[in-house]
Amino acid sequence: MEPINIVNSIYAPLDRKNVDTDQIISKEFLKRIERTGFGQYVFYHWRFDKDGKPNEDFVLNKPEYNSAEILVAQDNFGCGSSREHAPWAILDYGFRVVIAPSFADIFHNNCFKNGILPIKLTEAECDELLEKGLEKAQAIEVNLEQQTVTTGYGKTYSFTIDPYYKQMLLNGWDEISLTFQYEDQIAAYEKKRIAY
Amino acid sequence: MGKNIIEKVWEQHVVHREEGKPDLLYIDLHLIHEVTSPQAFEGLRLAGRKVRRTDLCFATMDHNVPTKNLPTINDPIAKKQIMTLAENAKEFGIELADIGHPDQGIVHVIGPELGLTQPGKTIVCGDSHTATHGAFGAIAFGIGTSEVEHVLSTQTLWQLKPPTMEIRVNGELGLGVTAKDIILAIIAKWGIGVGTGHIVEYTGEAIRKLSMEERMTICNMSIEAGAKAGLISPDEITVEFLRGRRHVPQGEQFEEAAKYWLSLASDQDATYDVVLEIDADEIEPIVTWGTNPAMGVGVSKTVPTAADYNNEADRAALNKALEYMDLQEGQNITDIEIQHVFIGSCTNSRINDLRAAADIVKGDKIAPGVKGIVVPGSWSTKRQAEEEGLHQIFLDAGFEWRESGCSACLGMNEDVIPSGERCASTSNRNFEGRQGAGARTHLVSPAMAAAAAIHGRFVDVRKLQKQEA
Ligand code: SF4
Repeated sequence: MEPINIVNSIYAPLDRKNVDTDQIISKEFLKRIERTGFGQYVFYHWRFDKDGKPNEDFVLNKPEYNSAEILVAQDNFGCGSSREHAPWAILDYGFRVVIAPSFADIFHNNCFKNGILPIKLTEAECDELLEKGLEKAQAIEVNLEQQTVTTGYGKTYSFTIDPYYKQMLLNGWDEISLTFQYEDQIAAYEKKRIAY
Repeated sequence: MGKNIIEKVWEQHVVHREEGKPDLLYIDLHLIHEVTSPQAFEGLRLAGRKVRRTDLCFATMDHNVPTKNLPTINDPIAKKQIMTLAENAKEFGIELADIGHPDQGIVHVIGPELGLTQPGKTIVCGDSHTATHGAFGAIAFGIGTSEVEHVLSTQTLWQLKPPTMEIRVNGELGLGVTAKDIILAIIAKWGIGVGTGHIVEYTGEAIRKLSMEERMTICNMSIEAGAKAGLISPDEITVEFLRGRRHVPQGEQFEEAAKYWLSLASDQDATYDVVLEIDADEIEPIVTWGTNPAMGVGVSKTVPTAADYNNEADRAALNKALEYMDLQEGQNITDIEIQHVFIGSCTNSRINDLRAAADIVKGDKIAPGVKGIVVPGSWSTKRQAEEEGLHQIFLDAGFEWRESGCSACLGMNEDVIPSGERCASTSNRNFEGRQGAGARTHLVSPAMAAAAAIHGRFVDVRKLQKQEA
């Protein structure tokens, strides 16, 4: 997993609530057996119309947001199914950071396993980001170490993050290797566990 | 002070706890299916790792399997995923209910059928509806593929201990109102974010009276309420459901297990971080009109209007949903005509669901222009239904009687609803495009779906029952 700390980039304002994983990656694209190659399908039914032509109104299709590595959305981002294909698609498309007022649990968890930083800002802060970002594309700086988001319009927002997950992202740790350090405890637990 | 079942089961599974870290939690049962596991097995292979406890894993295919003309699989990519699971199960030594196996079915239907699902277990699966197994008093939740890999290699997961929530359903359900209506009513009342981050215990008189199948329907949709998991304390109904099943202990050992299971039930004076209450007698059969599961109302009501909401965002969501669903504000629910009926999915495809639907259908015919399919949740359910003659009732009425799988719940196989058409569905998600690009889904109970098939529109099943009485 690639470590992450400072991301300085344009952000894509996705002004929607309850963006679910079916919308992030539609089921017809779930049949690959690899982890990569999902980016081309991200938000497919929003990006393309029925005939496969790009929908020019959709934010990701506007050239000014092309280089965005940060995605900003509304409440309850990533709700729906547990498919990790959703964060894979987001990462593969080029996003490293997703900012929203709240995230669905499994999606939130999945982000950390894939080197995506999910940031919770308040609703008002997200609204402001969305509004300014829709007016005109702008860059912000995300700093995980400092736990801050610095905007181009003179405001700095801070966010909280679980310290364990923060370390994981900063160091790009592989969680399974970490857990192997607890192998003795797992074995000891197995000896005394209640099992029917 | 007493403890609730969530705390009891959680504490029992902590392998390691340390300040500033999530708990390292032991996993008792890992269910595996074809869509979310290939990359996890690939990860093991690349790292040269093996599966720590093959005896605590169980695999089956469900999401992609065709529900007719088996064993032919036309879609080459689906076929590849299905074959990949079979190869992985073989290579790593995991028990598999393969296509054609008498136990095969939707993973959340067969776990309980086989007695793999038991009170007090921690159960995970790379699927959000794993919460279904909570009906037995297990902590059961969906995980992503990286976590699938983590459980395969360590039999544990790092988990932050979630806050707890009690949702108490007081009183008694009216005639024609089902478990599906309870959970849809809960989500409609408090929204799809109500449970976010929490593990929910469903309690109260109305819950205690439900069969295990009905309890599974409720826990199944915990995820639609945003919860990490949902469960119900075990009682005699739980114990009797499990008695004699293949993977539970037999004879005297069963009684011992039963005693232990019952001891896990929440204590009388247990407390929760959040408590919500709803009255069962307020609940009527629910029909969703929109594009998330909270957008539902009683069948006697109308589609909401902008005036029902007090903020802009909600009004915008209403408009967007109505546009997608091609409905009008204030329209009667019973004026909505449907073209498809899907009876199936891990929410409502068990034997009691098929019985409830057959009860309504019996002796009638599907309305002209309506296409109905019935997809039993497992081969075992299918055999049982056929023994009871339910399949004949459906066939006589004009339904298709299919083989088991997820089917039109998510339309990963051929069972998709055409764009612009409307489906009364017993599944759990009505997101845009869920049942097919442009398809319009209305979530309902099996009885309501069956009644809609006969009438070509939504009808209040309570009125049907009153007429017969
Ligand atoms: S039936 Fe539907 S909700 Fe259940 S596991 Fe299958 S796809 Fe998921």
